[in-house]
Amino acid sequence: MPFMKKLLSGNEALALGAYHAGVKVAAAYPGTPSTEILENLALYKDIHAEWSTNEKVAMEVGMGACYAGVRALVSMKHVGLNVAADPFMAVASTGVRGGLVVITADDPGMHSSQNEQDNRYFAKFARVPLLEPSDSQEAYDMMALAFDISERFDTPVLVRTTTRISHAKTVVEITGERTASLLPARFSRDPVKFVMLPVNARLRHPLVEERFVKLAEFSDSCALNINISGSRELGIVTSGIAFEYAFEAIPLASFLKLGMTYPLPEKTIRKFAAGVKKLVVIEELEPFLEEQIRAMGIAVEGKSFIPRVGELNQDIVSHSAAEAGWVGSSGGPIKDGLMDELRDLPRRPPLLCPGCPHTGIFSILSSLGIRRKNRANDEGGLVIPGDIGCYTLAAYAPLEAMDTCACMGAGIGQALGMEKAGLNDKVVAVIGDSTFLHSGITSLINAVYNKSAMTLIILDNRTTAMTGHQQHPGTGFTAQGEPTTSVDIMGLVRSCGTDNVQEVAAFDLKGLRSAVKRALDSPELAVLVVRGSCAAITHKQGEALAVDAMKCNQCGICLTLGCAAIRKERGRFLIDTQQCMGIGCTLCQQLCPQKAIGLASGKEAANG
Amino acid sequence: MAKLNILIAGVGGQGVVLASDILGDVALEAGLEVKKTDTLGMAQRGGSVIAHVRIGEKVASPLVGEGDADILLAFEKVEAARWSGYLRNGAIAIVNDLSIPPLSVSLGNQSYPEDDQIIHILGHRATKLTLIDGSRCAAETGNPRVLNIFMLGALSLLTPFIAALWETVIAHRLSPRILHINLSAFELGRREMLRILDGMPGEGGCAPKTQDGGCICHH
Repeated sequence: MPFMKKLLSGNEALALGAYHAGVKVAAAYPGTPSTEILENLALYKDIHAEWSTNEKVAMEVGMGACYAGVRALVSMKHVGLNVAADPFMAVASTGVRGGLVVITADDPGMHSSQNEQDNRYFAKFARVPLLEPSDSQEAYDMMALAFDISERFDTPVLVRTTTRISHAKTVVEITGERTASLLPARFSRDPVKFVMLPVNARLRHPLVEERFVKLAEFSDSCALNINISGSRELGIVTSGIAFEYAFEAIPLASFLKLGMTYPLPEKTIRKFAAGVKKLVVIEELEPFLEEQIRAMGIAVEGKSFIPRVGELNQDIVSHSAAEAGWVGSSGGPIKDGLMDELRDLPRRPPLLCPGCPHTGIFSILSSLGIRRKNRANDEGGLVIPGDIGCYTLAAYAPLEAMDTCACMGAGIGQALGMEKAGLNDKVVAVIGDSTFLHSGITSLINAVYNKSAMTLIILDNRTTAMTGHQQHPGTGFTAQGEPTTSVDIMGLVRSCGTDNVQEVAAFDLKGLRSAVKRALDSPELAVLVVRGSCAAITHKQGEALAVDAMKCNQCGICLTLGCAAIRKERGRFLIDTQQCMGIGCTLCQQLCPQKAIGLASGKEAANG
Repeated sequence: MAKLNILIAGVGGQGVVLASDILGDVALEAGLEVKKTDTLGMAQRGGSVIAHVRIGEKVASPLVGEGDADILLAFEKVEAARWSGYLRNGAIAIVNDLSIPPLSVSLGNQSYPEDDQIIHILGHRATKLTLIDGSRCAAETGNPRVLNIFMLGALSLLTPFIAALWETVIAHRLSPRILHINLSAFELGRREMLRILDGMPGEGGCAPKTQDGGCICHH
């Protein structure tokens, strides 16, 4: 029977592989580059796939489902596993009933992340097996095996991808179909296994170690670890996307391509090392494989030449290998002076979209007199601890209205710390709706409890925007599109212990300015909830605005919004009618002191 | 064919990712190995976007190497220049004749290069450089958003894939509501490119011919 071939992203392949492997419950919180795994699973109506409020909850949902005997999948970006580390370590201890697979999508190069931590260490930390696919085919094929390993060895299995696995599309031959023989959910009481009182937990630890020995034996026979024989002069141990770069750069070498990278297949590695004159490890980020191989007493080179920082590619591998003397020089990049000429090209960083409901509030914060003091490094200014979402882009010029961004929900706690440190500035924490529900609630309760006088601004755009508009507990819809109860953010804030909360419209500059001023003057903690729908999902685009060249005096105040639809070309200001959200926004119109901006049709201002 | 490395560059919102998905599916339907990767996450936010598409009998890395791109298809001029370091000597660049000045230019902090400078930068390595009036042609169809499909029409003449295959994939990808206008844009892109190619002085070698099957692969 001919199999179907499709061009799938790693994430699509993981989702399809998990579905075919019989997954019954899937839980995740959106995060680049992992988001599409759950998005694709949510399309299957015969399973439960959910956006959980955060990764910790997702892990606990997965834990419960596997305790109940069904196959469960939990997926998240690399830093999400920090949030979920507590239940992850716990389930590593208790083991499973149905298979539990945890996917961590790492982001070397930090395309959309605050760090580039290498989550392979989480497998070592928790003493659980680790699988790493190199392309979408492997991602698809690996899922069935991951669930089998989980059930066979009574352990959660960590599957680690990176951005170039999760988001690259490669050809997949779809060989399987949904496993039909699913057992019904059933929880068999077993307190010694599931109730981690110290007396029981002490009995689990030796079992984890026994499991580890069995897994190490299994790794040596695992079909995911492949020997590709080539020249005996150079043997390369590698895994994941680094294999593709190394194979492209040095195709004639011998390769030990590892699909199961924890525990390592020690016998296989020893045999491979003995068969080559020089052994090297090519891996992205940390020397995870290299250090373990060296600890086996095997001479190996790696990170002294392969960069530890950032994403690899075939050019970097090729250059590093030549520098190390592993291969002859490839000749290097074309030397035509072109790269020097590219340095002066105008940069194009991402911006808040035209019509973004975050622009107005940041424009107000940015223009406040006390904020200018802060920019000049004077005391008595305005400090703005921020958070993770599209609104982090407000840190860029021209808004420059965010002073910190660390991890999900950190801004509120940071703000309290600054205040209690005795800062002479006003402190305003800013957080999005999805991030607030993810991990801002407990920090708000903490701030109220500890008698903070900060201002908290919750930017409620009714979606998880940055990762591509996923539902969350405030939107009224589940991941699978079913209507559900929507969290009332105003009510939630009040129940945290403060009545000093006000809702403000996102596109009303006057209203925003007076609300911010009132909040800043308030002697007690004040919360503003700024409401406005995300521009990227407001399909109804209002009539565009235009600049009346007769009235415009070129003051440039409209540019301080950082709106991508407003441009200055050949000394003239103009608004891109295709991008402008028009009457759905009007921030520039409200801001223009010359009243030079109006409807393009000329109802309010002539089109210059 | 051995290998064809194509870069598609543009600004977030111009449809670069969809264009690269269509190109990838066309190559797959033609029975070839394909790997592709592009800017995601922040792509929608008006930033610089690049898609790498690698087509051949066997492809390892999904990324095009520096100095290894055969074709650069750019939806905006400064974005064409930005990725020119990926071109091999003798590459082809098809560039939409459109400037979208980034905010840093409007704020007066940086300047947008003149056409001469962009042509000079691309001319280091591209031996065929086509400035194509894509945005105007796309606007003429009645919806400027079809620019990406227009550009694919222009690109299609430089690939070994027949028009009918492209059209099948486009029909599969797009909703019926917008299919007709996109197929018109595709046809318009082919016609515009054909007109330009006819006017181009031939330089022999692996320069594209004017018909389907005029392949520019190397190696």
